Amino acid sequence: MTTPSANPATKSAAKAGSGPDMSRPILELDHIHKRFTRSLDMAEKVANLFGAGLQDQVVRAVDDVSLTVARGEVVGLVGESGCGKSTLGRVIAGILEASEGTVKYHGKEVSKMTGAERRATDLTIQMIFQDPMASLNPRMRVVDIIGEAPVVHGIIRRSEIDGYVSEVMRKVGLDPTTRMRYPHQFSGGQRARIGIARALAVNPKILVCDESTAALDVSIQAQVLNLFMDLRRELDLTYVFVSHDLGVVEHISDRVAVMYLGRIVELAKTEAIFEGPNHPYTRALLDEVPRLDATKKQFTALKGEIPSPLAPPPGCHFHPRCPFAFDRCRQERPALKEVGQGRLSACHLNDTAEGNPLMKANAPSVTS
Amino acid sequence: MSKAVLDVKDLSVSFRTREGLVTAVNSISFSVGAGEVLGLVGESGSGKSVTGLAVLGLIDPPGEIDPRSSIKINERELIGLPEEKLRRVRGKDVAMIFQDPMTTLNPVLRIDTQMIEAIRAHEKISEKAARERARQALEKVGIPSADERLKAYPGQFSGGMRQRVAIATALLNRPTVLVADEPTTALDVTIQAQILSEVQQLCSETGTALVWITHDLSVVAGLADRVAVMYAGRIVEEGPVSAVLEAPIHPYAAGLIGSVPSRNKRGVPLAQIRGMTPSLTNLPPGCPFAPRCDYATDICRSTMPEPTPYEGGRAARCHHPLSAPTPAAA
Repeated sequence: MTTPSANPATKSAAKAGSGPDMSRPILELDHIHKRFTRSLDMAEKVANLFGAGLQDQVVRAVDDVSLTVARGEVVGLVGESGCGKSTLGRVIAGILEASEGTVKYHGKEVSKMTGAERRATDLTIQMIFQDPMASLNPRMRVVDIIGEAPVVHGIIRRSEIDGYVSEVMRKVGLDPTTRMRYPHQFSGGQRARIGIARALAVNPKILVCDESTAALDVSIQAQVLNLFMDLRRELDLTYVFVSHDLGVVEHISDRVAVMYLGRIVELAKTEAIFEGPNHPYTRALLDEVPRLDATKKQFTALKGEIPSPLAPPPGCHFHPRCPFAFDRCRQERPALKEVGQGRLSACHLNDTAEGNPLMKANAPSVTS
Repeated sequence: MSKAVLDVKDLSVSFRTREGLVTAVNSISFSVGAGEVLGLVGESGSGKSVTGLAVLGLIDPPGEIDPRSSIKINERELIGLPEEKLRRVRGKDVAMIFQDPMTTLNPVLRIDTQMIEAIRAHEKISEKAARERARQALEKVGIPSADERLKAYPGQFSGGMRQRVAIATALLNRPTVLVADEPTTALDVTIQAQILSEVQQLCSETGTALVWITHDLSVVAGLADRVAVMYAGRIVEEGPVSAVLEAPIHPYAAGLIGSVPSRNKRGVPLAQIRGMTPSLTNLPPGCPFAPRCDYATDICRSTMPEPTPYEGGRAARCHHPLSAPTPAAA
């Protein structure tokens, strides 16, 4: 198997060139909410007749999130399971409808588009899933898995499918002669490439990757991550990269958004986040990532677990686990606001007279 | 290193399949001392999990442990023990934690039933005393209000808590050796850190020898004393963690370490190992890594390199060692 190797010329060009153009965002999320409601069942409705006073259970999977993505940018979404990062990814990809708020593509509201325009926009935002075996139909040949969408959407004619699919397969480093095979005849890394090829076949501009390398071995993960970066250069792609793996996110993202219980708690350039996190939760996450260079270290742990999203704590969701929490944190939700150059953080510590202890030299530890 | 409590010599495990005999583990040897942590690292299909299962005698047909293999716990040979005797060893002298705690836990039984059963299977003590020990075990792994939680069912715990219950159960009889097969892979980093810190503490307290099986080098870096890197059923390199991570001898170990994202500069393509792991049914002659190796020569393609000891308690199987440290005097 061959992978398109990085061309040193384009590499240095990408490095020397200016960063993504923030003035022309390709994607704007404006106060997105996504709620999942479990309505009462029969027994509970009957109980209510007798005055039990039960109410629908609502999970705020995404709770008022705003995010702007520039063209050509890679934005990493990180957080623990249940923080809403995958739900947000799905809202961006148009798989889930937001309960409130708007998604704008090139400044135009996606939900207001109709007909051909809407279909075209939906095609430009594609999603790549974690488990390729669960997202590839085991009874379809690879040529049909990759070629079905472009035929249906009139990008190519049915007679052109062989040539077109071969070309897309070559792009992701798959051997086109294997196109008549079924997904189970491929290895894990190759299946991941099939998933990528299927997304690329409709000429997307934005790829939403949901834990796309989480199931792969490190050496295969490296190949797939390199492929993502090569494709970004070749095809001028924008990525929203959802992952719990901070090492991966640090490597490929331009900016990182850290989520906790449905909210973005910190959003900044990757270097800024990893060199000096502002939010105590970010700091805790970073402290706990096992690293190669930290041999035989004493593992420390943040106390407690992520609370139930059915009944999140009031004020700042993180306050029960935060060693710096004070009264205001328990009452008032901190706004996500600018606390430094291009850095947004939602933490009341930044408003205190002493300032945020994490931003000073010798920042104290947040883990015990 | 203190005296080895787990001593594995020439362990081979093979499976009869329709495609022929697959040797998943091919004559590997390692030993772990009391209180020591050995990280067993490899990619899918390298044989690391089969090794762990073999130590507990949990290889079922069509799998077969080569009768010439030797697995000794505290000098006692386990290979060839009848099933009846093995049952007494398992859970008492050697215990295992799995990736999915539900492999250990029965979903329809309360935690206390399961834990008390595990204690009383090996020891004649009263139910009351067993319950007290189970309670202490839960407290030790950081489960709050252990008394109440004992009465819960596995389904009432979160993923991280469930894994703690599985760890507490494994440690109930103070095993000499604990085999952990990717127990934190499915967990979030914060929960992983909690569990790693608890396991670290427990092992140093009780002197349990720990074999930590994982594909995640960074976890091994923080946790283990020694690391063994497996590839296609063989240990290709072994040594103290810091030495191996700083200057690997085997090109595969080097490739594996190099492909970890945090080892690479941001925005620069990751170092990658070309090709993919070979199928165990169709291994190339000679070194199995040769087709993917940048340093391979004719000898690599024809002859399997023998394990060579190096200074500093290291060993590797390679004809062309990188960063060549001095070979240990024979």
